[in-house]
Amino acid sequence: MTLTAGIPAGRRLPTERIAMRAAILALVIFLLLAIACPLATLLSKSVQDGDGRFVGLANYVHYFTTPALVESLWNSTWVAGLSTLLVVPPAFIYAYAIARACIPGKSLFMALALLPLFAPSLLPAISLIYIFGNQGFLKGWLMGGTIYGPIGIVMAQVLYCFPHALMILVTALGLADGRLYEAAAAMGTPRWRVFATVTLPSVRYGLISAAFVVFTLVMTDFGIAKVIGGQFNVLATDAYKQMIGQQNFAMGAVVGVVLLLPAVLAFALDRHVQRRQVALLSARAVPLQPKPRPFKDASLAACCLLIGGAITAVLAVSVWGSFVTYWPYNLSLSLRNYDFEAFEPNGIGPYFASLKMAALAAVLGTIIVFCGAYLIEKGQGFRLARAMAHLLAMLPVAVPGLVLGLGYVFFINARWNPLGVLYGTIALLAINCIAHFYTTAHITAVTALKQIDNEFESVSASLKVPFYRTFLRVTVPICMPAILDIAIYMFVNALTTVSAVIFIYGATNKLASISIVHMDEAGATAAAAAMATLIVLTALAIKVLHIVLDRLVLGQLQAWRNR
Amino acid sequence: MLTRSESEPKADSTPHVRAVRVTKRFGDFTAIDSVSLEVETGKLVCILGPSGCGKTTLLRVIAGLEVQDAGVIEIGGRDVSYLPPAQRDFGIVFQSYALFPNLNVEDNVGYGLVNRRRARREIAQRVRELLELVGLPDQGAKYPAQLSGGQQQRVALARALACSPSLLLLDEPLSALDARVRVRLRDEVRALQRRLGLTSIMVTHDQEEALAMADRIVVMNRGRVEQVGSPAEIYGRPGSDFVADFVGAMNMLDAIVIGRGLVRAGALTLSCCHLLTRAEGRHVKLGLRPEEVRIRGLGEGAANAILVTVELIDFLGPFCRARLRPKAAPELVLLSDFSANAMRDLSIREGQTLTVALPPDLLRVFDNRAEAGS
Repeated sequence: MTLTAGIPAGRRLPTERIAMRAAILALVIFLLLAIACPLATLLSKSVQDGDGRFVGLANYVHYFTTPALVESLWNSTWVAGLSTLLVVPPAFIYAYAIARACIPGKSLFMALALLPLFAPSLLPAISLIYIFGNQGFLKGWLMGGTIYGPIGIVMAQVLYCFPHALMILVTALGLADGRLYEAAAAMGTPRWRVFATVTLPSVRYGLISAAFVVFTLVMTDFGIAKVIGGQFNVLATDAYKQMIGQQNFAMGAVVGVVLLLPAVLAFALDRHVQRRQVALLSARAVPLQPKPRPFKDASLAACCLLIGGAITAVLAVSVWGSFVTYWPYNLSLSLRNYDFEAFEPNGIGPYFASLKMAALAAVLGTIIVFCGAYLIEKGQGFRLARAMAHLLAMLPVAVPGLVLGLGYVFFINARWNPLGVLYGTIALLAINCIAHFYTTAHITAVTALKQIDNEFESVSASLKVPFYRTFLRVTVPICMPAILDIAIYMFVNALTTVSAVIFIYGATNKLASISIVHMDEAGATAAAAAMATLIVLTALAIKVLHIVLDRLVLGQLQAWRNR
Repeated sequence: MLTRSESEPKADSTPHVRAVRVTKRFGDFTAIDSVSLEVETGKLVCILGPSGCGKTTLLRVIAGLEVQDAGVIEIGGRDVSYLPPAQRDFGIVFQSYALFPNLNVEDNVGYGLVNRRRARREIAQRVRELLELVGLPDQGAKYPAQLSGGQQQRVALARALACSPSLLLLDEPLSALDARVRVRLRDEVRALQRRLGLTSIMVTHDQEEALAMADRIVVMNRGRVEQVGSPAEIYGRPGSDFVADFVGAMNMLDAIVIGRGLVRAGALTLSCCHLLTRAEGRHVKLGLRPEEVRIRGLGEGAANAILVTVELIDFLGPFCRARLRPKAAPELVLLSDFSANAMRDLSIREGQTLTVALPPDLLRVFDNRAEAGS
């Protein structure tokens, strides 16, 4: 009895724990400000009138009774549905060839198909204008149809979404249990039946996931519809018109919420489906080694060559077009279109603004995401706060960039918000990008941290070494590859995104991707292509640098990884 | 140099570690339920139990890695119940070794020393001593991934000893190792612990390990302490049928008391010396270890002699384990260990009929759990 009396006296928090708790609090506050508050402001804005009075669902009623707006909703939906149907089957074949066949040059094919990830979504659209536009060299193939409208949107979306679907399907097809195939073969099962009873069921969830991702991407993408949509209205361009064109912020907010719904729904369904996948592959599964089968391999290689070649060719048209002096009349090559002063008030400025913003997002984002994941995963105390931080970190994947951008406009410009000073700064653009791409980076960090022995923190505590020292001396070096991945991911995405930043750039720091939109709007397609080419080349250069860094520097600095 | 003045075994036997009525819950699950424990200075105590019995949780509470919901932890006479691990003065070794993979062996061992702002030369000297102590004098420059499991665990041990803690905690330190390495390292850890006179608590689910290493064993089950005692006590006089079953093998026969010193198990009437005052009609369990079934030197009318059929013989090297069925009560099964000698001398074969005795003084009596509660 007497022993328990001394508890309160012994319950002092040492500085180390105070530091940990302060860091957790700081993380939660950052996530609340960068993710939750903008979304909350957007939601509240959608139930207020122009003067900020609460009007209930009046804005929504107005929205759904305006035929033009409802038509956009329908347009977005069927375009997204059609694009999904057109992307997933070829992506499956491509992924099947890479994961399950013995074709040569797998990494090259993978690289070709992933190219669109390094370009703004506008780039395929610009290419399609070069090819099928009013002055396109294959205009005749459309048989009188026009590329400026749903046809162009769907074609560009298929190119843009292909790598996203491909990555999911390659992962799904890569997780095969070789023992099932051996068992099926031992029972003399014909190949088509093995495919139908073993392969398809095992990638069912991957297929569903890929479909959800593509649908959401198309539904919420802004750049493609803007560049090639012509008079064809979709939700994303509606939001832009309401906000920038008509300054109708309440209706902009409503369109934002309408955009948010399918994304959230797709995300929720996907999570539900994913949860059931966990049990599919047991820890004892034996990886499947594809065996050479000449006919199958040759036909799959031909498919890859066709698809990968088509993607590369289409993107290359823009690059080529950017060097053509005056399309289509003077096809001689020159750097005339790279003289941005002629097309863009800020000249080459947007390119450097983009570089600065992407670098800031990469550095700041990597530090915040990795430290945040560490606190969430390995932290002590504040269990509830850490759970909340994790939830907030998982939220942005379900929020389209355009919607988050809208939220930022409303949140930052609110009269009561002292953060308003950030408006139009590079820092705000970077924070917006960090928030928009938070989830994937967070998952990468958590995955890396989960692979680390949980007892490291216990050991260092027993050795009286503070947690931050072990974090810097052990955890960070071990996770260096993942940290680099996160930095590159942040950089490339911040460089190429349009939708996340279209609403919040300032006059003095217009970004390259926005400058592309503006130059295209002004009819300077070639200059837009030139700027897009610069972005692609920069992103690719960074990626190559990453690979070199990973192979050479880390290989030598991290000798401890080798046995 | 490696013995610490402050934690030399003291003449008086005040416990170095005391846990008093410690309870820890995870949500609705009570991991440890009002557990008390004492570890005398310089002794090695093993906490033994099946997985999920709360033994690791108890160790983590003692270390301060988990905070108990109720109860008191004292180390070296100091109430450390709510102190963080860094203020508790212990070294710890985990099953997973938990060596920092990006640091070489020397840096791992010296990890805690560097923090104490010792001179570089002093640290290097200390690390060398420690590596010699654990038998790895030349491996300092290697990385953990280049060492075998046994070597890694030695490094982890050296690291835990580096700061001269007064208490060593071992969380299943040998469970991840091969059988042979495990036995060798077991003896080495034990010898080292004795030499340093280091108070130690080891958690294990391996009863053989516990019997071989411990000064005292604490058997845990479902978050509670079942029995505390020396290895000989735990094995020879298990306090409950759980302990009897968990530590070593034990034949368990359901029986009913039918008179003074007499029980009936199935159709067998057996005499038994340990019934104490249990009343007639009481249901009990009789326990007898397989090696205690007697087969030699059974004179005429030996106590509890029964006729059995040898149903199956498992060859286990130095001895055989036979499954016996009493002729009079074929629903009962008795496991019995026969030495290779006995097998040869008595030419025991499957299907054979034998006379064996169940010595009345060795038949342990356990109350039926369900009834003991009432």
